[in-house]
Amino acid sequence: MTQLALVIDLNVCVGCHACVTSCKEWNTSGSAGYLSDDRPYGEDPTGTFFNRVQTFEVGEFPNTETVHFPKSCLHCEDPPCVPVCPTGASYKRPEDGIVLVDYDLCIGCKYCSWACPYGVREIDEHKKVMTKCTLCVDRVYDMSLSEDRRKPACVLACPTSARLFGDVHDPESEVSIAIRESGGYALMPEWGTKPANHYLPRRKTRMKIHADELVRADNPLKKEGKQPKPKITDPSLDDVTSW
Amino acid sequence: MHPAFSVIFLTTLIGAGQGLFLALYTAQSYAALELLPGQDARFYVYGSAIAFALLTAGLVASFFHLGHPERAWRSATRWRTSWLSREVIVLPAMMGAVFVYGLAHWLGWDLGIFGIKTSVPGDLTLVIGTGGVLFAFALFLCTGMIYACIKFLQEWASWLTVVNYTLFGAASGFLLATAYAAYMAPGLVKFYAAWTVIITTAVFVTRIASLIRNARLKPKSTIQTAIGVRHSRVEQKSQGFMGGSFNTREFFHGVRPLFFKSIKWAFLILVFPLPLFLLWAGLSLHAHGLEHSAYVFTAAFAVQYVGLLAERWFFFAQSNHPQNLYYQTIS
Repeated sequence: MTQLALVIDLNVCVGCHACVTSCKEWNTSGSAGYLSDDRPYGEDPTGTFFNRVQTFEVGEFPNTETVHFPKSCLHCEDPPCVPVCPTGASYKRPEDGIVLVDYDLCIGCKYCSWACPYGVREIDEHKKVMTKCTLCVDRVYDMSLSEDRRKPACVLACPTSARLFGDVHDPESEVSIAIRESGGYALMPEWGTKPANHYLPRRKTRMKIHADELVRADNPLKKEGKQPKPKITDPSLDDVTSW
Repeated sequence: MHPAFSVIFLTTLIGAGQGLFLALYTAQSYAALELLPGQDARFYVYGSAIAFALLTAGLVASFFHLGHPERAWRSATRWRTSWLSREVIVLPAMMGAVFVYGLAHWLGWDLGIFGIKTSVPGDLTLVIGTGGVLFAFALFLCTGMIYACIKFLQEWASWLTVVNYTLFGAASGFLLATAYAAYMAPGLVKFYAAWTVIITTAVFVTRIASLIRNARLKPKSTIQTAIGVRHSRVEQKSQGFMGGSFNTREFFHGVRPLFFKSIKWAFLILVFPLPLFLLWAGLSLHAHGLEHSAYVFTAAFAVQYVGLLAERWFFFAQSNHPQNLYYQTIS
């Protein structure tokens, strides 16, 4: 069993929105047709995006921390959006676990978007069908691309490599190791959706320093006055020299 | 959630249609047991026609909800998993049963299938009507479960949702039947009025129960579980875009809190006390043999229908989708 997914490292994400724009660019140029983008420079812009970067502030001033949070379809292993679809347009591919919408079957009833707790499905106002992250299914199997380019557009765009892509069911894959060793977690575990995408938490490198470690109590150079000069017959450190 | 008027009209119209059919069938089965005076075929034919018209109007309203109505037929395919698909199958089946039921009365097909000897000739329509009743209840179940099965919409995820949909539809249908009987079969007015009072009181209890339940709900998802950061103070600073999106339009009701609250009180008054008062007024007029009672009953149904529209609006607006946690601040 293969389950392709993204692992997003919140410790590294700088919130530059490069993944958002590259996602939009790739998916509006694909064979499935453009993604709506109305009044992009007007008063009330709106459009369809598969990926968003949001920003949260954790803590209270002065102990605050800014968390940039990229959000796209999590390709749940038990996706609640799939069984509710009345036409079967919303489906999970058995071969690689990608959750997709068949635009030719979708009737645009929006029920699947109600059934997604993460709000990652967006109806396209012009195509009138439900759209969502495809995990760049049209890239990752494209043999005309070199192997290192067979990754989702957002992953390739990330300047800090905060986004990892791979098979989370393969225990030795880069993503599985990242989840296992860096504390990868799933969003809203309370609903049992088992998201395939994981997030890596913010990590702090801290040193525990005791007060007496700040001053070296036995530093001989700090001793005031002349160093004691033992007799020539007294034992010294190497029994050769003397102070 | 943002209340969709197509769905509000769909659920209220088919609810009234199902309820009216249940009322017609109840009167016929009582008549078969000689508990009520039998009615001539016209009563059932016109009644079925009204119920069919309501169901059709609901079906038409539902198409306005779809982005691709021309593909609506496809939605009957996933009945194994989707309550919406099940509703798409049961609604036309219910319409068919109502149509055949009315047709059998119209053409006078008084075939005796079981040979039960009653004051009503034949029992074919009773058998067809049984199917219609089953479809009516199945349709109430499907409609309610569409909402109740989404577990993270906690305001909906309760058996009370199904019960309320059933009882609201039945109350509305029996009230319509009272008005209809005032025109067509004065002998049934009291019977229907009594059932209207019983069902309306029952749904008052269950709807208040669901309001109390919803007021006490603790959301299972929080901003902490939404982004996975465990800190008592997490605040959104940006949702990632300055304009609107599907996420900001579809899942927020977008009205002021005062308006939201006033809709609750509006439906509590328009659905329960006001129609019951008009029902009582109509009954007193009816007792004095005044023909105006029919108008009063019709007004009672109209008032309650408007109240049910408000109730359905509130039902949608009150539910809080967990995705809203991600859209708290524009920037």
